[in-house]
Amino acid sequence: MNVKVIVKRLLFFVLVVWAASTIVFFVPRLSTRNAIRERFGELARSGGFSPGDIEKLIESMNKSFGLDKPLLEQYWQYLNNIVHLDFGYSLSKYPSTVTEVIAQALPWTIGLLLVTTVLSFVIGTLLGAVSAWPRAPGWLRGIATPFILLTGVPPVIMGILLVFFIGFRLQWLPLGGAYSPGVVPTWSWPFFFDLMQHQVLPALSLILGSVGGWVLSMRGMGITIQGEDYVNYAEHKGLSAGRIFRDYYLRNALLPQVTGLALALGTVITSAVVVEGLFGLPGIGTALNLAIRANDFPVIYGIVIFITLAIALLMLILEFVYPLLDPRIRDS
Amino acid sequence: MTIDSTPLREKKVGSANRNVTEPVLRVEGLEVTYYTDLGRAKALDDVSFTLNSGEKLGMVGESGSGKSTMALAMMRMIKPPGRIEGGKVIVGGTDLMSLPERDMRKARLNKIAYIPQGAMNSLNPVMRIGSQMADAIKSHLTGETKSSIEDRLSHALRSVDLDPGVARMYPHELSGGMKQRVCIAIGILLQPNVIIADEPTSALDVVTQRQVMETITRVQSEINAAVILIGHDMGLMAQAVDKVAVMYAGRLVELSTVREMFTDPKHPYSQALISSLPNLDNKGVFNGIPGLAPSLLRLPSGCAFHPRCPHGQRELQRSVRPEARILPGGRMVTCHLYDEEGHAHE
Repeated sequence: MNVKVIVKRLLFFVLVVWAASTIVFFVPRLSTRNAIRERFGELARSGGFSPGDIEKLIESMNKSFGLDKPLLEQYWQYLNNIVHLDFGYSLSKYPSTVTEVIAQALPWTIGLLLVTTVLSFVIGTLLGAVSAWPRAPGWLRGIATPFILLTGVPPVIMGILLVFFIGFRLQWLPLGGAYSPGVVPTWSWPFFFDLMQHQVLPALSLILGSVGGWVLSMRGMGITIQGEDYVNYAEHKGLSAGRIFRDYYLRNALLPQVTGLALALGTVITSAVVVEGLFGLPGIGTALNLAIRANDFPVIYGIVIFITLAIALLMLILEFVYPLLDPRIRDS
Repeated sequence: MTIDSTPLREKKVGSANRNVTEPVLRVEGLEVTYYTDLGRAKALDDVSFTLNSGEKLGMVGESGSGKSTMALAMMRMIKPPGRIEGGKVIVGGTDLMSLPERDMRKARLNKIAYIPQGAMNSLNPVMRIGSQMADAIKSHLTGETKSSIEDRLSHALRSVDLDPGVARMYPHELSGGMKQRVCIAIGILLQPNVIIADEPTSALDVVTQRQVMETITRVQSEINAAVILIGHDMGLMAQAVDKVAVMYAGRLVELSTVREMFTDPKHPYSQALISSLPNLDNKGVFNGIPGLAPSLLRLPSGCAFHPRCPHGQRELQRSVRPEARILPGGRMVTCHLYDEEGHAHE
């Protein structure tokens, strides 16, 4: 890959992030709602403010958030802040900054969503590859079937079922929460064990329904690759079945799966909102959910832009990884 | 049944295996049947022949006559719904058909190598040429050092007129002819006794075809292997092979030297094939073979060729399956026109 291509990809990355941030900036400003006015309205309803004071407060707030300046100047300031990853203060969790809110929530989401997505990718891809491989033993090929049946079940339903049966009826695992109430988070084995116990059901509800999708796409690709001349010729060369499976079959069938993985990582946040909400986990999804309910615009901005950045970054990485996987891309 | 071919023609080839009287390849009564939903199709029916080291056999016939099935059967690569129903393929004294699967895998490329038909897609697009050659060596020989593998690679590549640097390239960086050469290089890596080339030139232009054929001839004499060339280009065959085998509806109908085949074909089908070739003296006149190749699912009774045969209207041809006969001089023909001793009727 030459310098020109790298520069092109980086420029494209910047362009995507800029476009997304611009949309995020202007769309809420098309609305007639005013976050600050609404917030103080709420406060006023609970009493203790005279209307004149509130107008003054709103004015001073507008000033401190820079909302009194012309739109273009605000926009410029906003872009400048993004470059410095500074999204200002959270309205609902003042004096925490938006960056702090995200930083606190992020490890939970990465820990659960990233791990489960990658795990279901690996399980599904391997099961799919095996289920399409004619020389695999029958029982191994059959394992994939129940996962395919579960494909249609969304994580919420799966989560509710798991919580009801395993958490509530059988009482094998906790119903929700990130860790047991009263436990102080420390770097110790007992805490880690407690933490893991709480992660099992959320993880299962995310994995069970998504493995089937990977199985199906890999299976389809595997069947196509099996018909390729080079797989056939590999057998003519007298290679062992294991080598053909790994280097000729799996390696080639994997290429579209990797694209799928990058796209799936992009949608991680959608599942996060639902599953973290269901299980009461303090991740990005929960933070976004709370921010929307509290009209906490800076946090909403921050998270949306952060997600945009994350997805664009993943795509950028994929652009650089893909040529390593498929040499044909390198030259085109 | 078996046809022993004593050397049909005195040839000057590498002397290494010359004094061995036993032919390096002996195919006996090979039978392959495909069990399809529409019925059983006998793709190979009692095929027998022998081949000596250094000899080149051209196998010709219409599409569906069993040429490629022949190659796959000899490699024991017939996949369901096809099945090898009987026969022996003896390479250097070992019957491949009776080997356990593990040993058969080891025999591929080592004793009997296959050069694929679609060389354009026969190389793994995501592996370097060198790795695809090296894994073939590693799968057969243990204890090869890195440098000895390296040596084998560059030697094989040089033998097919490729730069050893090609080993570091990917298939998409090579032309069609180069890919075909790489496949030939892989075929000779372990110096097999028998090489089967299944239409090795079908996707190439005429100039490259010729170069590839010359390459095959040269590497053959280098390792003194027996070569089976499968194809339907009679002109290319005429220049390249020593013997020609004609297949029709899964049977070997004639086997003779290339000279005899082109000057005096015995089987009516061979005669039709030869006379259908364009001729310099007879410009613009093409004699196609009347009729269509029969479906293997519904073979004509008796001699499968009788509906298209100019001599096929008698009861004998229509009801009795002809047996292979050896004509004086060692040629083989499967036709009712020749009696038990191989003399022509009429």
